[in-house]
Amino acid sequence: MRASAEPKPTTDTKPIVKTGADLLVEALIDQKVETIFGYPGGAVLPIYDALYRAEGSFDHVLPRHEQGGIHAAEGYARVSRKPTVVIGTSGPGATNLITGIADAMMDSLPLVVFTGQVAKSVIGTDAFQESDVMGITTPITKHNYQVQDLEDLPRIVNEAFHIASTGRPGPVVVDIPKDISATVYEKDVQSEFHLPGYQPTIKPNPLQINKLREALLIAKKPVVLTGAGILHAGGSEALKQFVENYDVPVTSTLLGLGAFPGDHHRFLGMAGMHGTYAANMALYECDLLINIGGRFDDRLTGNLKHFAPNARVAHIDIDPAEIGKNVPTEIPIVSDAKRAIDKLNELEPAALDHQEWMEKLENNKQNYPLWHNESEDVILPQYLLRKVHQFTKGEAVVTTDVGQHQMWAAQYYTFNRPDRWVTSGGLGTMGFGFPAAIGAQIAAKDSTVVAIVGDGGFQMTMQEMSLLQERGLPVKILIVNNQALGMVRQWQEKFYDERYSHSIIETQPDFVKLAEAYGLHGYKMESVQEIDEKLDAILNNDKPAIIDCRVVQLENVYPMIAPGKGSHEMIGVMKP
Amino acid sequence: MRRIITATVHNRSGVLNRVTGLLAKRQFNIESISVGRTETEGVSKMTFVVDVEDERKLEQLSKQLNKQIDVIKVSDITDKQIVARELAMIKVLTTPQQRGELQAIIEPFRATIIDVSKESMTVQITGDSDKVDALIELLRPYGLKELARTGVTAFTRGQQRQQTEMKPYSILN
Repeated sequence: MRASAEPKPTTDTKPIVKTGADLLVEALIDQKVETIFGYPGGAVLPIYDALYRAEGSFDHVLPRHEQGGIHAAEGYARVSRKPTVVIGTSGPGATNLITGIADAMMDSLPLVVFTGQVAKSVIGTDAFQESDVMGITTPITKHNYQVQDLEDLPRIVNEAFHIASTGRPGPVVVDIPKDISATVYEKDVQSEFHLPGYQPTIKPNPLQINKLREALLIAKKPVVLTGAGILHAGGSEALKQFVENYDVPVTSTLLGLGAFPGDHHRFLGMAGMHGTYAANMALYECDLLINIGGRFDDRLTGNLKHFAPNARVAHIDIDPAEIGKNVPTEIPIVSDAKRAIDKLNELEPAALDHQEWMEKLENNKQNYPLWHNESEDVILPQYLLRKVHQFTKGEAVVTTDVGQHQMWAAQYYTFNRPDRWVTSGGLGTMGFGFPAAIGAQIAAKDSTVVAIVGDGGFQMTMQEMSLLQERGLPVKILIVNNQALGMVRQWQEKFYDERYSHSIIETQPDFVKLAEAYGLHGYKMESVQEIDEKLDAILNNDKPAIIDCRVVQLENVYPMIAPGKGSHEMIGVMKP
Repeated sequence: MRRIITATVHNRSGVLNRVTGLLAKRQFNIESISVGRTETEGVSKMTFVVDVEDERKLEQLSKQLNKQIDVIKVSDITDKQIVARELAMIKVLTTPQQRGELQAIIEPFRATIIDVSKESMTVQITGDSDKVDALIELLRPYGLKELARTGVTAFTRGQQRQQTEMKPYSILN
């Protein structure tokens, strides 16, 4: 018989018979968890039994592979900005989650991952489906726990949510031995916690804020670099105000796209390896660089020797360890991005005028815009991405894997709103985009969600099409199909004398039939003439769709900063 | 640069693994590490001797350690007034005739003999690393059979001498 789905009141003093797994479920209800991405197995049987008893409390999403489940959780976390729960069993269940945990760590996504573990009595004996989850996940988690005592479980769950979602967000793993979740427990347990070693600084130091303001007052060529920290902090509106107050241009990291409107006249486009000429030259020539919530990744900076050589650097970041890690920083501000920007906005507005600098940047924008080849016949991937933008009015949630299609999406799908862009930036995970779109769609029910994926990456996690079928989720999967691992091929072309070693994949499934096998609609697009009609119809209905879009195989992503070069040494800036 | 770093940590399972894993992952070179309980229940103290390239690397080391949830406090005590001690046990090959001679060598080091057998003696020495090094070098010619060192553990002194950054200048030169 199923018990009531109502959470048991915590103030009840009567002894309640419950198992460790029930305690876990109660703790999840206390944390207001709505959605769980999980896959059952031997070591989590007690947890799944408790979930069964608590039927109705959560929407449990069952992926077809744990990796799909955790990437979906990442998409959910990025769009909802809430800590997101993942459950996997011990051994292979846990190891299948590893790529997603590492991905969430690199891109600062708040996940709380529960893994089953073999019973305490057999830990360390190479028991069936045992793996050293603590050992494996220590370097790729913000924190991890193995529950040793049932009494600790509610406290650990609360700590895990707190740690995952505050400060710089990140994944927390809680490894629960099977005997702990199965044990019946009869008294109330403590769930309060105290973490003296974890007190994130979220308010900026006023002295440093003043220092930054003074630097702004004398700067002739300032530029703001937006990172994902602004999105995590919900600081987009504050940023717009700041940019107007101080008359500064804005560029962005890959993950920071959407923090500032892409069509704003002060926006220079994305910076970095495949950033725009205007953005990279602004970084090269500026005399004051204000990085808000980015981490100066090597794909952004290029060769550090040539990075912002004449600039005073100010860096606002909630993680002090990121400040000064790669780039020497004169004005360090440890703070939540929004709070720091708010403080700057509170100060008396200064009548600043950077007309000369803004004009120069505007000229760069006009003279060296992004360019691509054109065709009246075959489909150029860049053209395709522009069309996707057009037919979704720039309002869609867009997810990607890693590679050429990701860069084209970043370049040509102009993001005007925050939290619409879900991509695997730091780890660069193939197979991320499609499952992430599932999570994003669950979090943003009424939004159009487009998974822009390569033919390579899609084939890594495409089994999750079952979820679209099962839930009728209207995710649109756009396969930018060049029958190649495009970015690998591009590097082989440029740096390995066109030796295309294992990067051309001409044997592929019939994606249309595959879609049909999963009960979904599949489409194929092979010529420019088909694009308008088909995209318009597919993107503007509420059905899932898989679009196999054949694009030019040998197309490259430009402009490009070759590895080891500085941001002023771009190639492919202009059409040859 | 050789630096002495101390970290107070929550004594939870996995904390040593997390800390040493972090140092390895970020390519810090640890010369020695010692861990033990402190006066506070559940809190341990780690003392690292590390070799870092420059100030920036050092700053990263301290920030990365601080970032760990179970790390409560990190201090670089190299430039403070400190007491630092290491313990070493040295098993030296000796003939019965040499015992007196060795006794004379170790005496100024205030080392003690804690085990004697037919062919060897075990010497225990406590002190800073230089003192331990010096004694080891003196004993080496006799033949070292076994050597074990604990690594440095260190405290700041109860009273810190006033330290100023200013160099003493004179108007005369």
